Amino acid sequence: MAAEKRSRPPRQKKERIPRQEMPVRPPEERIRDFNEVACGFTEELALTEAKRCLQCPTHPCVGGCPVSIDIPGFIHLVTEGDFIGAAHKIKETNLLPAVCGRVCPQEEQCEQVCVVAKIDKPVGIGRLERFVADYEREQGAVELPEIAPPSGKKVAVVGSGPSGITVAYELLQAGHQVTIFEALHTLGGVLVYGIPEFRLPKSIVAAEIETIKKMGAEIKLDMLIGKTRTIDQLMEEDGFDAVFIGTGAGLPMFLNIPGENLNGISSANEFLTRVNLMKAYREEYVTPVKVGKRVAVIGAGNVAMDAARSAKRVGGEDTEVSIIYRRARDQMPARAEEIHHAEEEGIIFNLLTNPVRFIGDDKNNVQQVECIKMELGEPDESGRRRPIPIEGSEHIIPADTVIVALGTRPRRFIAETTPDLKTSKWGTFLADEETGKTTKKGVFAGGDIVTGSATVIKAMGAGRAAAKAINEYLAGS
Amino acid sequence: MYKIVKKKVLAPKITRFTVEAPEVARARKPGQFVVIRAEETGERVPLTIVDSDSEKGTIDVIVQEAGFSTHDICCFQEGDAFLDVLGPLGKPTHIENFGTVVCIGGGVGIAVLYPIAKGLKEAGNTVITINGARNKELVILEEELEKVSDELIITTDDGSYGIKGFGSTVLQGLIDEGRKIDFVVAIGPTIMMKVVAEVTRPYKIPTIASLNAIMIDGTGMCGVCRVTVGDEVKFACVDGPEFDAHLVNFDEQIAKHHYYDHEQACQMEKIIAAAEQERS
Ligand SMILES: Cc1cc2nc3c(=O)[nH]c(=O)nc-3n(C[C@H](O)[C@H](O)[C@H](O)COP(=O)(O)OP(=O)(O)OC[C@H]3O[C@@H](n4cnc5c(N)ncnc54)[C@H](O)[C@@H]3O)c2cc1C
Ligand code: SF4
Ligand code: FES
Repeated sequence: MAAEKRSRPPRQKKERIPRQEMPVRPPEERIRDFNEVACGFTEELALTEAKRCLQCPTHPCVGGCPVSIDIPGFIHLVTEGDFIGAAHKIKETNLLPAVCGRVCPQEEQCEQVCVVAKIDKPVGIGRLERFVADYEREQGAVELPEIAPPSGKKVAVVGSGPSGITVAYELLQAGHQVTIFEALHTLGGVLVYGIPEFRLPKSIVAAEIETIKKMGAEIKLDMLIGKTRTIDQLMEEDGFDAVFIGTGAGLPMFLNIPGENLNGISSANEFLTRVNLMKAYREEYVTPVKVGKRVAVIGAGNVAMDAARSAKRVGGEDTEVSIIYRRARDQMPARAEEIHHAEEEGIIFNLLTNPVRFIGDDKNNVQQVECIKMELGEPDESGRRRPIPIEGSEHIIPADTVIVALGTRPRRFIAETTPDLKTSKWGTFLADEETGKTTKKGVFAGGDIVTGSATVIKAMGAGRAAAKAINEYLAGS
Repeated sequence: MYKIVKKKVLAPKITRFTVEAPEVARARKPGQFVVIRAEETGERVPLTIVDSDSEKGTIDVIVQEAGFSTHDICCFQEGDAFLDVLGPLGKPTHIENFGTVVCIGGGVGIAVLYPIAKGLKEAGNTVITINGARNKELVILEEELEKVSDELIITTDDGSYGIKGFGSTVLQGLIDEGRKIDFVVAIGPTIMMKVVAEVTRPYKIPTIASLNAIMIDGTGMCGVCRVTVGDEVKFACVDGPEFDAHLVNFDEQIAKHHYYDHEQACQMEKIIAAAEQERS
């Protein structure tokens, strides 16, 4: 390769612009509050980064995006300084760019396939997306899309996470009447109760969601479908012509090992809900959150990183937070960026370590995690080398707070009350990938309720696909 | 917003609210509860639905001031509104004709017990209700329970009303008398339910307890309401709140209730300090 290159006549040399780094606040400062860690591009950084895009005709990046954003199109507008135009371009297919620019795993999607990545680091597509969305919002230039004349059809959207919000947006645009049913007291799903403020400010989520309210969606909070109303009641008694279910995967998994019900052991969902949804980190909010001096977070996905970093912020500088994970470093499912931020903030990683039981004191408060060391054996079904316990390697990790972040599964309220909706053995709804069609006529589903916990953008992609199918279904009915 | 159409203080620190929540009223069955968030900064508090009127679209809840959040709720007046009322949550009580049932309640647990006793009576059971309170002032729902019970026995810890002593002793007495008891429902302080479970265990009388587990969402999302039942872990908000009292690990529940004592105390101190400042 190298020899081949040298034999070629030197190409006209254009100074290659390096990938522009995202300004972040220093770790010592940011662990003292819940304000955002990444500060966002300045106009200058954005203009420079945008120039790195080759505007390649094949633009593989678009194919890498689950909602097919016209990436070269919006980046071109950035190079021209038309930031608002760029934001509007993105919004043609993505309602929540300020959210996605912050939380999407671009390194596995658009940026992974970016042509520039073959010779250098890829174009910072996510950072540019965030920049233009923030710019548009800060300039007050958010525009409502055109809305088709009323169709006379009514659609119920159950769940207000990214999938439900996307469906609502698309269907409102098509002129349908949309009612969103949400179990919690706030719209947004995981965006409000799960992902922490320092990674995704709630005011930004609220601002992006505001659009669907302005477009005329009817919002019904405190409605747990399957309990307050059933799907059949919505369709037969309340006159909805179609239903979209985007209820996510909210049921936390536990280890099922001795001592797991001791005080001080919570699911990541509980811990993050206390902090994010109930705003326990703010003085005037009443919900308590308790973090001791030694926190152990079990698991190494994004949720585990969020929990660990939140615990550090709640507990204060002298709180020691560690991750306990049974596999090795390069097998951690969290995004590299999250792991990096966690390390910078002083989170300790106990890898190849598996909890076997929790030990408490006389008040039933957890004090220790007994763990066993693991080593990597043969690859398992997932292709990853299977961790196997090393005999006799049991040891104690002191911990007065334990957060279990092992993933989530769908809850069963809707499945239990809607017998003709078929589910898998994990409780996910059986739905057509292209259309979101479930086994029940007029009922569509998408997002984590179908795939199990995945990503914001995949949930939005599923929402878009389902909205299209719902439009077709309503046109034919 | 969920408007408070009626507020009535039943006993010191025990208040009954009638709240407009038509969707909940329409769907609710005995044994179910709601989660109320009174205001923006408030906690989500689980409260049993004591009664409901689907025509008027109202539900009734009874709140005992036990900590900061329940104190806060009790400060709301007729005409005010709660920010959020979510429900009905939890599994409805399994009601059938068992024969003779003893409904034994303590403190504000009586509020939870009442709709169940009513349901059991309507299903044709002979209902013996034991209503326990610390003293005469704290006896609630006496009239209502009278109507749905074949026999109503009141106990107070200090003997200021009814029989002096604990409800569980009365229950033991009924068993010792040789009364045929087919089913027992125990609702009240965790320690009381634990004692009742021990009373009925040797006689293998099926007994259920309604747990007042700590909750946040009430929808199976956080797992804070975990309870060990036999060798299984259940979520009280989804699988409960009622469980087989002979299988529940009550000690674990008691310990959980004390975990946030310190935080509760700090919040209460704040209220007291604020009240004092206002006075001076
Ligand atoms: C802590 C955490 C961090 C994450 N970080 C990232 C990240 O960085 N990047 C990323 O792409 N993804 C991330 N994810 C995953 C991502 O958030 C989810 O994949 C995505 O939110 C799924 O969207 P959804 O619309 O399917 O469901 P959800 O966002 O789960 O929303 C479902 C909504 O439905 C409501 N609901 C549930 N049941 C009912 C019912 N019966 N009736 C009425 N309403 C109901 C729920 O209350 C909820 O509001 C993270 C997840 C967590 C938990
Ligand atoms: S692949 Fe990369 S360089 Fe090509 S258009 Fe997309 S962002 Fe630009
Ligand atoms: S209260 Fe959250 S799961 Fe039961």
